[in-house]
Amino acid sequence: MEFFRGVNVNWMGWTKYFVALSLFLLAVGWFSVYRTVVVKHGTMYGIDFRGGTLVYVRFAGPPPIDQLRKGLQQAGLANSTIQGISDTQSVGSKNDIVIGLEQSQTDESLDAGKQKILDVLRSTFGGGVSGKPDFNSATPADLAADLTRKDPLLLGTNVGDRYTQLANRLTAARDSDHSGIVTSFDQLKNVDGATPPVLTALSNDYSLSNFAIRDADIVGPRVGSQLRRQALFATLYALGGMLVYIALRFEWVYGAAAVIAVFHDVLITLGFFSLFHYEISLTVIAALLTLVGYSMNDTIVIFDRVRENLRLMKREPFPAIVNKSINQTLSRTILTSGLTFLTVLVLYMLGGEVLRAFSFAMVVGVVVGTYSSFGIAAPIVVVWNKYHGGQGTAVRAGSAAEKRVMAAARR
Amino acid sequence: MSAQLKWKFVFILLVLLACIFGVIGLPNFPTSPTVLKENLANRIHLGLDLKGGSHLVLQVQLQEAIGQHCDETVDELTKQLHAKNIPFGEIRRVDDTHILVRDVDPSSSSSFRDLVNSQFTDWTMALAAGEANGYELTMKQSVIADIRQTTMNQTLETITRRINALGLTEPTIAFTGRSDDEILVQLPGVGDPTAAKEVIRAGGQLQLVRVVEGPFTSEAEALAQHGGILPPGTVIVPGRSDSAGPSQTTGTVYYILDKVPVVTGQDLRNADSSPSTDNPGSYEVNFKLSTAAAGKFGAFTEQQAAIGGRMAVVLDRQVYEAAVIKSRIEDSGRITGSFSQESAQDLALVLRAGALPASIKYLEERTVGPSLGADSIREGVRASVGSLIVVMIFLVIYYRLSGVNAVVALVLNLVILVAFMAYVGAVLTLPGIAGVILTIGMGVDSNVLVFERIREELRSGKVAAPAVETGFDRAFLTIIDTHVTTVVSAIFLFLFGTGPVRGFAVTLVIGLIANVFTSIYVSRAIFDYHLSKMDRQAVLSI
Repeated sequence: MEFFRGVNVNWMGWTKYFVALSLFLLAVGWFSVYRTVVVKHGTMYGIDFRGGTLVYVRFAGPPPIDQLRKGLQQAGLANSTIQGISDTQSVGSKNDIVIGLEQSQTDESLDAGKQKILDVLRSTFGGGVSGKPDFNSATPADLAADLTRKDPLLLGTNVGDRYTQLANRLTAARDSDHSGIVTSFDQLKNVDGATPPVLTALSNDYSLSNFAIRDADIVGPRVGSQLRRQALFATLYALGGMLVYIALRFEWVYGAAAVIAVFHDVLITLGFFSLFHYEISLTVIAALLTLVGYSMNDTIVIFDRVRENLRLMKREPFPAIVNKSINQTLSRTILTSGLTFLTVLVLYMLGGEVLRAFSFAMVVGVVVGTYSSFGIAAPIVVVWNKYHGGQGTAVRAGSAAEKRVMAAARR
Repeated sequence: MSAQLKWKFVFILLVLLACIFGVIGLPNFPTSPTVLKENLANRIHLGLDLKGGSHLVLQVQLQEAIGQHCDETVDELTKQLHAKNIPFGEIRRVDDTHILVRDVDPSSSSSFRDLVNSQFTDWTMALAAGEANGYELTMKQSVIADIRQTTMNQTLETITRRINALGLTEPTIAFTGRSDDEILVQLPGVGDPTAAKEVIRAGGQLQLVRVVEGPFTSEAEALAQHGGILPPGTVIVPGRSDSAGPSQTTGTVYYILDKVPVVTGQDLRNADSSPSTDNPGSYEVNFKLSTAAAGKFGAFTEQQAAIGGRMAVVLDRQVYEAAVIKSRIEDSGRITGSFSQESAQDLALVLRAGALPASIKYLEERTVGPSLGADSIREGVRASVGSLIVVMIFLVIYYRLSGVNAVVALVLNLVILVAFMAYVGAVLTLPGIAGVILTIGMGVDSNVLVFERIREELRSGKVAAPAVETGFDRAFLTIIDTHVTTVVSAIFLFLFGTGPVRGFAVTLVIGLIANVFTSIYVSRAIFDYHLSKMDRQAVLSI
């Protein structure tokens, strides 16, 4: 099976359409950014860069948001935000909410906000009987200690670590099978070793809340601004490194073209981020940096072929050479991008909520990154070549790079 | 099959075995499925976002340590000036790194300068601007840097001791590397770090001091007793209201204490907690002193017992307890108070581990609950398997038998990736799993590059063997090129990122490097084997 046999498209003739498309995407995306940041005084930054508190809570049933909101208001947290999570893939997550607090300006301890939220949750949804600790937030160590004391399996002095292992199995079952919330001790009866006396002992000593804290993130102001600075530097250094690398392998105009194309990719991806209301977190920066590297790939493959064809097709006009190079590598480009796109698409659909923003950035980035190689980077080199005349811009005559290419061709 | 090819396969097989062994063979040779699972869990280190746990970043208030050095210098300089009979008007700390000495007697100015230059080499001296006979001392930059580093190292050690004493599994305590005053603490499995945070941050400075007078209800009252100025060598310290015994009032009381303590936390040899003997239901902390300190303490307590004097237990600059000394105490003592079992244990732990040289502020706190960790693993594995299947199906359909070659290379790539991480002890995070998926997607690129080139060569008329050879040769440089750019990006990510993001960079880099090996060496070997069995003119299945 083969696609793309004998393709002969005049890519450089379509430049103005590609550029128009890019400008359109940029405009749409950045209009959205403008609206979010300037008009609504919002931000695209996630908690990593903005600072603040986020508490992810899962409830056993539909989240009682009104009750929660009232409780938070009474605790003095009237400006907290409560949001649901839109992950439709994971079964339990339709009962998840995120409670957010802006970073505190006062000098109080970092986790003051989180403690208040926890207090509200415990007092409002604690699970009834006061004084008993909550099974859903108990650690294996706590359970083991309790069971050892009660000794429902009547092991006497032969305890060893049997209760520790049982506690581990109970918490594993709670976390893996019941998403961290057990609503009745009966749900644990299939756990190896959880005999009725064990379950009775547990129900006597523990209450069951109907919520569980999945995650809590608190980022102070100093860390937020540090990370913003570092993210910016890392991206700039990476781009600079690429520019140098390509300038060495080819010529500086190719390096500049590639960097401009990558810049274009990042800007469009960020625009899409705003359109789809994703937040920029540390992992998103990881995705963007990966895209920087990945977008270079296609660009390099095309430039590689251009350099090779320049030797073979000395008499043809430069744009035609570039077209031919793109056509020759098209099969490979579409295949690779297609496969990478498929894998990150699978990641976006199946990879869960935590990676959602990351995989979205990759999905958009792979598509844009591929198209920018022949839509932006190649045209830039062609235009430069037109205004600076002549061929042979791929490899300087007499340069070390040319010697290497000649040597490779001879082999 | 030629001998060379045979050896190639032996090598590949050895690599494969080494990888499998690295993942499930250590530390105990697997004799049963349970041991196998245990080994796997042991070898693959899961990050906090997959295992659940707490991640804390704390900032050491280094200015305190610098300011303390300044204070100590002021005290010492005052003492020396008096000892050498050098008259002066005032000696004052201007800020953390500057001391001002005013009105130094002109006739003693040379002895003053000699003194500073010989005894106080941490400071540079200059004439104070706008002051006749005034000198300004500035702490040297090298000294400041030194204090910063020593304080950080000491804080790291003390925190490490405290956390180890808590008995948590595999904690990480290290400098963050982001800023020179930050420490990173990772506590796997700890869903609620509140207790650990208190232990980490406790000052832990213990002092046993003679009580001069007190308790007073306010500082003003204390000063009024002495005509408005403190007796030399003393200091006012606040204390809890029940420090002198059960009290009716609440609120802080004040004591006048000796400035220099008899015993400090550094003289402790051991500390532990036990149920209180005179206050059943609550707990107390017992400590033992070192022999050197015991002698000093014994003499002190004997002297005080004779005159009914009192001693204060000062913890983190607050008087915990001020009691009458009834008899000579040699080497042990105790701190009573309304401690619960847990708070007594924690205090004993902190005393054993030593005091922190400067206080700590928390900058970042992230806790991942175990249920989220379990979900993340499940979703990550699901996505990995999904993408692997999608890619495999495509490869076999599009490249037929050569597609199977690519699939084998891909699987080996992943095996090497996982094994390398196990051998090196790299941590697998959720973004790291995404890195594995990206390796799958990007790694296939190498095979595609080669196969497309082979197809081109076949189209231009070559037969199977030379087409394969040219394909690999021509594609080699391009494969390196494309991997280099992604690897360079990932290296920057590793340098800049923390925790999960680093995990991503690590898996991506290792995966791509392993990919060069599998897509070139291994794929080539498989092709060569296939070619050796094929007729020279036969059609290659690609």
